[in-house]
Amino acid sequence: MSVITDNSTPASGRGIRDEMVAFVIMAALLATVPFTGIYPFFVMQALCFALFACAFNLLIGYGGLLSFGHAMFLGTAGYFTAHALKVWGVSPEIGIVVGTAGACALSIVTGWISIRRQGIYFAMITLALSQLVFFVYLQTPFTHGEDGIQGIPQGMLFGLFDLSKPTILYYVILVAFLLAFLLIFRTINSPFGEVLKAIRENEPRAVSLGYKADQYKLMAFILSGTLSGFAGSLKVFVAQNASLTDVHWTMSGEIVLMALIGGLGTVFGPVVGAFIIVAMQQYLAGFGQWVTVIQGVIFVVCVLTFRRGIVGEIAALFKRSL
Amino acid sequence: MVDVKTAPDAPAKAGAPLLEIRDLQAWYGESHVLHGINFEVKTGEVVTLLGRNGAGKTSTLKSIMGMIPKRTGSVRFDGRELIKMHSDKIARLGVAICPEERGIFASLNVHENLMLPPTVRSGGLSTEQIFELFPNLKERLSSSQGTKLSGGEQQMLAIARILRTGARFLMLDEPTEGLAPVIIQQIGRTIQRLKSEGFTILLVEQNFRFASTVADRFYIVEHGKVIDGFANSELQANMDKLHTYLGV
Repeated sequence: MSVITDNSTPASGRGIRDEMVAFVIMAALLATVPFTGIYPFFVMQALCFALFACAFNLLIGYGGLLSFGHAMFLGTAGYFTAHALKVWGVSPEIGIVVGTAGACALSIVTGWISIRRQGIYFAMITLALSQLVFFVYLQTPFTHGEDGIQGIPQGMLFGLFDLSKPTILYYVILVAFLLAFLLIFRTINSPFGEVLKAIRENEPRAVSLGYKADQYKLMAFILSGTLSGFAGSLKVFVAQNASLTDVHWTMSGEIVLMALIGGLGTVFGPVVGAFIIVAMQQYLAGFGQWVTVIQGVIFVVCVLTFRRGIVGEIAALFKRSL
Repeated sequence: MVDVKTAPDAPAKAGAPLLEIRDLQAWYGESHVLHGINFEVKTGEVVTLLGRNGAGKTSTLKSIMGMIPKRTGSVRFDGRELIKMHSDKIARLGVAICPEERGIFASLNVHENLMLPPTVRSGGLSTEQIFELFPNLKERLSSSQGTKLSGGEQQMLAIARILRTGARFLMLDEPTEGLAPVIIQQIGRTIQRLKSEGFTILLVEQNFRFASTVADRFYIVEHGKVIDGFANSELQANMDKLHTYLGV
């Protein structure tokens, strides 16, 4: 299906070098956050959403598939991790594995159903499945409905790192984010990523070269859903709760907004987009519901004036791959 | 020189029908575009489909490749029936198509475009052999985008990447369209070379003069049917027909 704009450029040697330099700068900047006086919980939350947006971007930016139901993976992993930590009393790493595996299983089922359709039909099927999942979580006792799962213990990661200490939690979240980001980066620049881009661009041609397009799209969907779940599991340790907000359709819309503002099909765009949206929600909270209106205005301005998104425009300006 | 031992079909097999098409019909949605195509291509031959715009030549190639979902009749390749097969499976049997629009992927660079197709069988050309056939491609390998190549270079890239796969039956859809005479000559030499090394080629051409330099046989397609066929040696005797059907 067509996306609003396509920023992905061939990964030449120079392009990959640029992106690695940008990655090192990003990692260095994020590593210094605890020493800058910036509210660490804001950055941790932004990192979780950045990972979620990067996972979403893998599907739309490189696979050309616009999912309107990605919140189901974030929310599912959140509930599974929260339940495992609070009720089963498992360690954080097991909690993360349980949550991510739950999202992975859900993505296999929903991907298998939705991947057969394209364009608006794909978007609508993912939205419908996400709404179905939302109502299941609304009714299922273990999620505690409107209340959500509260007061989740953070525990000791690998028995070594006390996640109740903000600085330790911050670096754990940062390392997890950077590793997942590198995995996405590697995927985009792998032969698998190249086939994915070819399918997005001209599916009949890619198929006539001998590729099973549906299998590749399903793999991308599962990878995207699983990494979204990983973001959802990490978010539980930051927010210490799991609620219906994370599985609501507005969350699926928000992630589209983050990826779009940053730049679809760019490596770093979703990170920038996520930080901007989370910062707006954090620092414009005083405006109450007006934040949604401001977000709407930004969305319209973005689509009308800089369709490549912030990172996409910067990359085009300097003729660089970001 | 490309090593003949690695060529996909030894000339010894020449003469056996590699592709047999019987009563091939195809539809784009409700539109019935092929009304019973019949022809065959023998191993090692270069066969050209001639016809006016909209006659059904490209649709015939796409139907063989499985790119038109609604099709009936029989397409037998190397003894196997392709009519119900998916496009990717047909490709993996060793059938390759080089489409009219060339189908170079803009988001991949030249090298990635070249290396993208999977190897479907042994005997594909190595990159060194490909660069020997298309020296221009080697010079442009580091170009950032496949679509930034000139038209002729894109055509060479489109042909080159299917030679890598080991496919032994190539379908080339108007490979000379919109290209400069010098490039057309180069593509003509390439087709001759591939033929001499055992490849079987089904060509769709409107450039009759070009086709007459490379083809063994011709079929004329009109209104979704093959209405005539003759060998290159009978060309002069059939010029009147060509005038009538093609206006050449």
